[in-house]
Amino acid sequence: MNIVRALKCRECGHEYEIQPTHVCEFCFGPLEVVYDYEKLDGYFTRELIESRPQNMWRYKELLPIDGEPSVGAQNGFTPLVRAKNLEKALGVSELYIKNDSVCYPTLSFKDRVVSVALSKAVEFGFKTVACASTGNLAGSVAANAAAAGLESYVFIPHDLEQGKVLGAGIFGTKIIGIKGKYDDVNRLCSEVAGKYGWAFVNVNVRPFYAEGSKSLGYEMMEQLGWKAPKHVVVPMASGSLCTKVHKSIKEFIKLGLIEDNGTAVYGAQATGCSPIAKSVKDGTDLIHPVIADTIAKSLAIGNPADGFYANRVINETGGWAEDVSDQEVIDAMKLLAETEGIFAETAGGVTLGCAKKMIESGKLPRDESIVLCITGNGLKTQEAVVDAIDKPRIIDANLKDFDELAAADGFDAAA
Amino acid sequence: MKLRVYLTFDEATVREPIIWKLAKEFDVVTNIRTAEVKDHMGLVGLEIDGDDAVVEAATQWLSDQGVTVAPIEQDVIEG
Repeated sequence: MNIVRALKCRECGHEYEIQPTHVCEFCFGPLEVVYDYEKLDGYFTRELIESRPQNMWRYKELLPIDGEPSVGAQNGFTPLVRAKNLEKALGVSELYIKNDSVCYPTLSFKDRVVSVALSKAVEFGFKTVACASTGNLAGSVAANAAAAGLESYVFIPHDLEQGKVLGAGIFGTKIIGIKGKYDDVNRLCSEVAGKYGWAFVNVNVRPFYAEGSKSLGYEMMEQLGWKAPKHVVVPMASGSLCTKVHKSIKEFIKLGLIEDNGTAVYGAQATGCSPIAKSVKDGTDLIHPVIADTIAKSLAIGNPADGFYANRVINETGGWAEDVSDQEVIDAMKLLAETEGIFAETAGGVTLGCAKKMIESGKLPRDESIVLCITGNGLKTQEAVVDAIDKPRIIDANLKDFDELAAADGFDAAA
Repeated sequence: MKLRVYLTFDEATVREPIIWKLAKEFDVVTNIRTAEVKDHMGLVGLEIDGDDAVVEAATQWLSDQGVTVAPIEQDVIEG
């Protein structure tokens, strides 16, 4: 059942037919997909959803595609982990990790948004898809395009680390390295998106792309036993994920799938790129663009397109925003790994680091349910922690040497 | 070329008539589509229409005045 009604300007409310466009021609406001939810009355039930395969498309009526997905049919439905050890470490009573560091196929939540964007691109008749990215998005577009038989272009800064180029290049995408300052690279990408007849995932099909993030929220609520948490902490780059998790909760309430739990949404950023967190702390809704300088590269968006809307969600829900230093990011990555066995990328360190700070400051209550959204895998940002882990202790290949080492650790070989 | 940009003005530039100066300095048609001005900053959605080279020079001039010029998509390079 297709309940998509239109694209609607978030600013002036002007509506447009479904098409590959993203900005209101009247006021330049961003366009968002809107739905006729009443069409789902009596149809879209918990039982229906639970009867479907465990992937993000079990909520397909709330994603903006016609019929079945043509790209990324297996994506999503990542684990929601009750983080008992981390609860003790942080002194909170009920903590969960929504673990998109194991999202299929490229180990980040971008697989959700990309599969919606590319499925929609196929519906629109596009043969070529593209993105501008320094990491996760590049890999996800390249991989999902390859699997779907689409041609893809990935635009990157020319000096991007080899490991990140590999993460996209292995899938046979056409990679274009662009010389110049960040703003120049960014502007060129925008111009290319406007000039060529391609589906540029976070430009002309952005309204559809962004909707994919809602699936993380839907899964979180279903996995909690059909309820929303009291608090959810989300990493912020463009701010889109923050707004879409909130939208997912509002939709489930509207459809009667959950009770309104008064969920508060919290945003997390790295101090070196924290324009949204700063706006929340300053009590303003205007976002000052910044030049990003942080190890959390996947969150390094200095001029965030959805910053204003993320700020509004945080304020309206009674949440808060926080930022953490690079050292705090590393410490949090280690804490998550050592307590829960989850190796998150730097963005995960930002999320946990900010949550820890907000718990300590009292912004996040210790005695209510909290979900932390972990959005990418630590294997992609190993350089951030390579100097922070213990080096192996080297011994000769004889048992006596190991016995001495084990004894030093408190183990008795004779026992 | 018809360029669509967001201009961000900071505390130092928010009171200056920069868009008026732009039209004086360059042979471009400016069309404000959205604007919000506060004490410490301003945000303007602007269409700049003219010959390619002139529009390029005009946007460079805006940057030189201390105005942040971004495509209306803002940052499209994602992590």
